[in-house]
Amino acid sequence: MLVVPALLGLAFLLVPLAGLLIRAPWATVPDRLFSAEVGEALRLSLVCASLATVVCLVLGIPLAWLLARGDLPGRGFLRALVTVPLVLPPVVGGVALLLVLGRRGLIGQYLDAWFGVSLPFTTAGVVVAEAFVAMPFLVISVEGALRAADPRYEEAAATLGASRWLTFRRVTLPSVMPGVVAGAVLCWARALGEFGATITFAGNFPGETTTMPLAVYLALETEPDAAIVLSIVLLLVSVGVLAGLRDRWIGGPT
Amino acid sequence: MTVHAELRVTRDRFRLELDLNVAPGEVVALLGPNGAGKTTALRALAGLLPLSAGHIRLDDQPWDEPPKVFVPAERRPIGVVFQDYLLFGHLTALENVAFGLRARGAHRGTARALAGDWLDRVGLADHAHTKPRELSGGQAQRVALARALATGPRLLLLDEPLAALDASTRLTVRAELGRHLADFPGHTVLVTHDPLDAMVLADRLVIVEHGRAVQHGPPAEVARHPRTDYVADLVGLNLYRGTAAGTAVTLADGGVLTVAEPASGTVHVAFPPSAVSLHPEPPSGSPRNTWQVIVTDIEQHAHTTRVRLDGTPPVLADITTATLADLRVGPGDALWAALKATEIRTYPA
Repeated sequence: MLVVPALLGLAFLLVPLAGLLIRAPWATVPDRLFSAEVGEALRLSLVCASLATVVCLVLGIPLAWLLARGDLPGRGFLRALVTVPLVLPPVVGGVALLLVLGRRGLIGQYLDAWFGVSLPFTTAGVVVAEAFVAMPFLVISVEGALRAADPRYEEAAATLGASRWLTFRRVTLPSVMPGVVAGAVLCWARALGEFGATITFAGNFPGETTTMPLAVYLALETEPDAAIVLSIVLLLVSVGVLAGLRDRWIGGPT
Repeated sequence: MTVHAELRVTRDRFRLELDLNVAPGEVVALLGPNGAGKTTALRALAGLLPLSAGHIRLDDQPWDEPPKVFVPAERRPIGVVFQDYLLFGHLTALENVAFGLRARGAHRGTARALAGDWLDRVGLADHAHTKPRELSGGQAQRVALARALATGPRLLLLDEPLAALDASTRLTVRAELGRHLADFPGHTVLVTHDPLDAMVLADRLVIVEHGRAVQHGPPAEVARHPRTDYVADLVGLNLYRGTAAGTAVTLADGGVLTVAEPASGTVHVAFPPSAVSLHPEPPSGSPRNTWQVIVTDIEQHAHTTRVRLDGTPPVLADITTATLADLRVGPGDALWAALKATEIRTYPA
């Protein structure tokens, strides 16, 4: 009774991907792949996703530490708040970012007035939108690793004279490294595929804010074959991420 | 130069009220059952747990005096050996030992050189670049000891340092630990639930039960005059130091015992009071050890009677009430003590 729906489910997941490969215009793939637009979108995507991941690491690891170790009231509530972007429709995230960081936004107006900085519809805006959507992946992964790590190692470091910061750098962080790496890869993959928040907050300007997913969407209207090629590139990157994570994440700890 | 501590910790329904003074070079063992508050006391001394009241002082330096003073663990001159060692898994043995020196500001080269010396002292110079998971239990224990001692602490704290070891490793590691503790000029507090560890390693015992000290004093003193049944059961152990040659052990304070396992050099020999039998006449037959003793005291316990006997060596014997009735003895009477060689455990000292 279970085998039939199981096979149907498997087919449901795999057939569209196979269709992508079957319908690909293989004759023109190399030409399109190395065309200027694809190269530009791919480069922009990789750069923005990587920068967003760096932002997530810098802000997300301390946040995960605070959630896992901090002695603060309402920690469970705070943890729930952090995961909101995970379930929020990304386009809503984009609207929210516009309201806060837009040129007339709550914070954006001061950024513009004092520093002349305007984030929306710029490459920096892409990074902000991607980081907003992807950060929960990193925080959840790192926080889980921190909570699984034995805090008594930190006590041992303290009895050896290590300050909190030294303990964090030399003892805590190395022990949660697998969680950090897994979180960073998931975060990067999510940032790479980000569409809704990006197009809402950063718009769609080729060479500046048109990342791969946006390019796929654009191409679908004008040039469906190009959309397929771009999609295959993203599919390969995703499969690559999965393969890279296989040992650390899917197969459990080694 | 003394550690003074009035440890008062209240947590949930548990109260610790323990006074402790440790002289330089002295090894004090906190001995008691699990849950008695020994580890809580150790954590308070280490600065991992603030006192609710009381104080901890080294000489005139206060470490913890609520509500005014609390020196956190990283600023106390301490070394801690944890029960399961807590060696940092991603660092080598050498880096583990160097960690405390680096944290206290030593340069990389200096720290590594000193750490190397310490590994050498605990006999692990060959394992400097080994990761903790590849070390045996005994080796890990020695790395943990080297790591705790490398920073030159004033107060060394040992939490069940031998509990994680198997029986055979335990003997050699205990003897080594004893030598390192004898060389250590600072103050040592040892927490254990094993009376033998406490009696072999410590200069003074503090028996802890339900968060309070029920008795303290030198090990031999506590064993001779246990104040409660609990203490009598706990430290009811005949323990001697002697020199072994084959199966004969010449005891330091007089007397010779024949043991089953041949040994050589300085050893501890131990046997429970229940292994000693008492006879009105010299016994014939299998016991290898028989000697004449004089009854000095008879004490009733819940299920047995403990007889304190003077002789070479003096000995404690547990006999049943029925045997006591048969023997019909009182203080001053002469008896023969008999003890099978197989009942005696020998430990390297």
